[in-house]
Amino acid sequence: MTLLSVETLTARHGLLTALRDVSLSVEAGEVLCLIGANGAGKSTLLRCIAGAHHAATGTVRLHGRDMTALSAFARVRTGIALAPEGRRLFPDMTLRENLMLAAENGRRGDWTLTRVLDAFDALKPLLDQPAGGFSGGQRQAAAIGRALMANPDLLLLDEVSLGLSPAAVEGVYASLAQVRGGGKMGMIVVEQDLTRALSFADRVICLSEGEAVLEGRPADLTRAAITRAYFGLSQGEVTHV
Amino acid sequence: MSESLLNALVQGVLLGGYYAIVAAGLSLMFGVVRFINLAHGDLLVLGAMLALIAVEALGWPVWLAVATVIPLMAALGWALQRLMFERALAAGPLLPILVTLGLGATLQNGMFGLFGSNTRSLGAHIGDLSWSGWSLPGGLRVGTLPVLTFTLAIAVLGLMHLMLRRTPLGRAIRATAQDPGAAELSGVDARRVHRAAAAIAFALAALGGVLLAMRAQVTPFAGPPQLIFAFEAVVIGGIGSLWGTLIGGIVLGLAQTLGGTISAQVSLLAGHLVLLAVLGWRVLRDEAAARGGWIALMRVKGPSHD
Amino acid sequence: MTEPHLLPMPKGDRRLILSAGALLILLALLPLVAPAQAIDKLTQLGIYVLLAVMWNLLAGYAGLVSVGQQAFVGLGGYAMVRLVEAGLGPFPALVLAPFLVALVAWPLAWFVLRLRLGEFAIAMWVIAEVFRGLVMFDPLVQGETGTSVLALNAIDADTRRLAIYLLSLVAASAALAGSFVLLRGRLGAEAQAIRDDEEAAASVGVSTFRVKRLIFVAAAAGCALAGTLWLASAITFQPRTGFGIQWTVFMLFMVLTGGLGTFLGPVVGAVLLMGLQEAFGDFGAWYLFGVGALSVAFALALPGGLVGLWSARRGREPLSMRRRLSAGEG
Repeated sequence: MTLLSVETLTARHGLLTALRDVSLSVEAGEVLCLIGANGAGKSTLLRCIAGAHHAATGTVRLHGRDMTALSAFARVRTGIALAPEGRRLFPDMTLRENLMLAAENGRRGDWTLTRVLDAFDALKPLLDQPAGGFSGGQRQAAAIGRALMANPDLLLLDEVSLGLSPAAVEGVYASLAQVRGGGKMGMIVVEQDLTRALSFADRVICLSEGEAVLEGRPADLTRAAITRAYFGLSQGEVTHV
Repeated sequence: MSESLLNALVQGVLLGGYYAIVAAGLSLMFGVVRFINLAHGDLLVLGAMLALIAVEALGWPVWLAVATVIPLMAALGWALQRLMFERALAAGPLLPILVTLGLGATLQNGMFGLFGSNTRSLGAHIGDLSWSGWSLPGGLRVGTLPVLTFTLAIAVLGLMHLMLRRTPLGRAIRATAQDPGAAELSGVDARRVHRAAAAIAFALAALGGVLLAMRAQVTPFAGPPQLIFAFEAVVIGGIGSLWGTLIGGIVLGLAQTLGGTISAQVSLLAGHLVLLAVLGWRVLRDEAAARGGWIALMRVKGPSHD
Repeated sequence: MTEPHLLPMPKGDRRLILSAGALLILLALLPLVAPAQAIDKLTQLGIYVLLAVMWNLLAGYAGLVSVGQQAFVGLGGYAMVRLVEAGLGPFPALVLAPFLVALVAWPLAWFVLRLRLGEFAIAMWVIAEVFRGLVMFDPLVQGETGTSVLALNAIDADTRRLAIYLLSLVAASAALAGSFVLLRGRLGAEAQAIRDDEEAAASVGVSTFRVKRLIFVAAAAGCALAGTLWLASAITFQPRTGFGIQWTVFMLFMVLTGGLGTFLGPVVGAVLLMGLQEAFGDFGAWYLFGVGALSVAFALALPGGLVGLWSARRGREPLSMRRRLSAGEG
């Protein structure tokens, strides 16, 4: 069965329509990268799936079950976890507490403190320090670790490399490669760095002005097609390649 | 002269323990649920009244009355959060203030209608606790009850500290206080956390009420001053800080007992003035920071208006 | 594309204003026929309307919930006591005292308007308590005992009643007319912008502080006037009643039941409070219990109050201060 299916999702910020009739699906074990310019609606899409933003119309299903009416915390407990934009760690709590919080309120499963620390080596020495003092890379690793502690079936990662040094990006993606090695967890990753997205993803969707304008496997997409979609040059129909 | 001053200092510090207990509940609601419960003082009096009924009308021993009233008030906190405050919070930041102000007036007059204006006290039911004490060298006298209250305050704050640091509920409370949205994304049900916080706050108010009834007379209209004192302790000690409420309570207690050496009127006024001074200092500091330092503030008169 | 412009006032509103004018004339002539007791009640109603309009200006239009408006009610009464003591006639003192209170409120605004929402609410309460405490030091007031404006007794009772009645009528209608002009003008638009989105309003150059201070000072003076009118009819000034929290509880009730942030809400609420007081006032504490409980019930179940309910039925708020543009989408 399809892990996640999103059907004709429309979302607004006040009068502004941020997403228009977006549909997509993710299979278990699949990594989907969302690309697109700033303001294309990538973060809003993730927030709608996680339940942090209320969609105006459309449905979100996990394992075929309708999630649309559930609030964010209830979706965590059914298997969706989001590492949000801006990381949103709890600055006055230690890393350990940040991670334990998700474990205590999320689902039981394979992802434990030890396993998260194994995947994100750099976090080990920080365990008992308050998260408020972390560097950008450390915060991103901690946020992803926190999402994993809830043992999701679907992991949503917003703006993975935004604001990170090249070395930190390298580190985070090395860890993510290990995370996806696990197998049955699906992932949706918002990534600004096109090269990085194409090398990491099983499938890519490009959003432009709130609409999905291009979808395909990285190997099947040409640079030119992506660039056109990225800048909204091929408006209208979704191009399936 | 110096003897009474020393006595006032000691009494002030001990009084601070009582204020800390009342303030801790108010602070928890303010920090976690994000509104100031204007009925906090009246709920404190409700707790005291319930204990008084249990002791005077039903003949229960004091310990049993206290052990019943505190969980009862906690349950009331849970219920009111769920049925009343949640609704008010959903309608914007103004409404909780309006609702709790109305609730306070309702409680005061309801208790007055039920129990009349007679002042009541648990003092007669706690044996020699209400008057016993120790005479120390230098003419110093410390009552058993104030010392007990202060010790209890330390114990309560210590327990709350441990609860917030060491338990899953405590972590959920802190996370919700820091970033409710992120807490939800970690699976925390903010509404349940808010209800738990309200239950704790009401229990603390009830404990404060019982302690107040032990050392003083309680009337149905005794609540508002208690709310003001609690608010003063919270602001003086720094909003959102647990141990800060103890410091704030002690400063308030000191201001009141020192003012009390002049007159009862000055005692209350002194506490209020300390609060206004702290608020004024904070406003000036923020204003100075926003305009690039104190010197800049001195030069510019008034805020920028055309 | 046409220039967007403000819609003209709806017909219903014009009729409402005309009938309000007619009612005013009738009320002014009423003492010719009505018994003294009725005149006293209407005086009280006028004071209630004045208070409710002031609190609605604060909470409904400037977003400032003050639990300490009794500070200005009490201070108004005290200023009048002092002015009379200084040799002024009671009626000149009654009118002058609110201006003195406004002079106190002006610098106070600089401080309190910088506090956060809930802090402002309680800080105002504490300030009321401080005023009360300070006033009680005045040997003239003698602590809790209070004092009487004996100069009022020198005036013939009927003349006094008539004068106070007409003054409270003028005060209530002036408060309504004044806030109407104020809210229909630039200030109203700015207050609306602040209420809708304070940051956005500030970013387009609306000085939120200036707007709030104007409303704060006006409300202080209005409450002070209510205090002096009250004192003129009660004669005795006691710190406990003058600075009592019950003033704010009544204002809360009137504004919530009538309709927070609606222009006519305070009037409706004042009439309701007066009616309840007449019907159940003898029940004392239980009447006040009902006032509190009704406030809570309205806040939770009907936050728009009676005027809000009426507007929802009719699809339009009478005498709305919300601006509507004729062009562009709403």
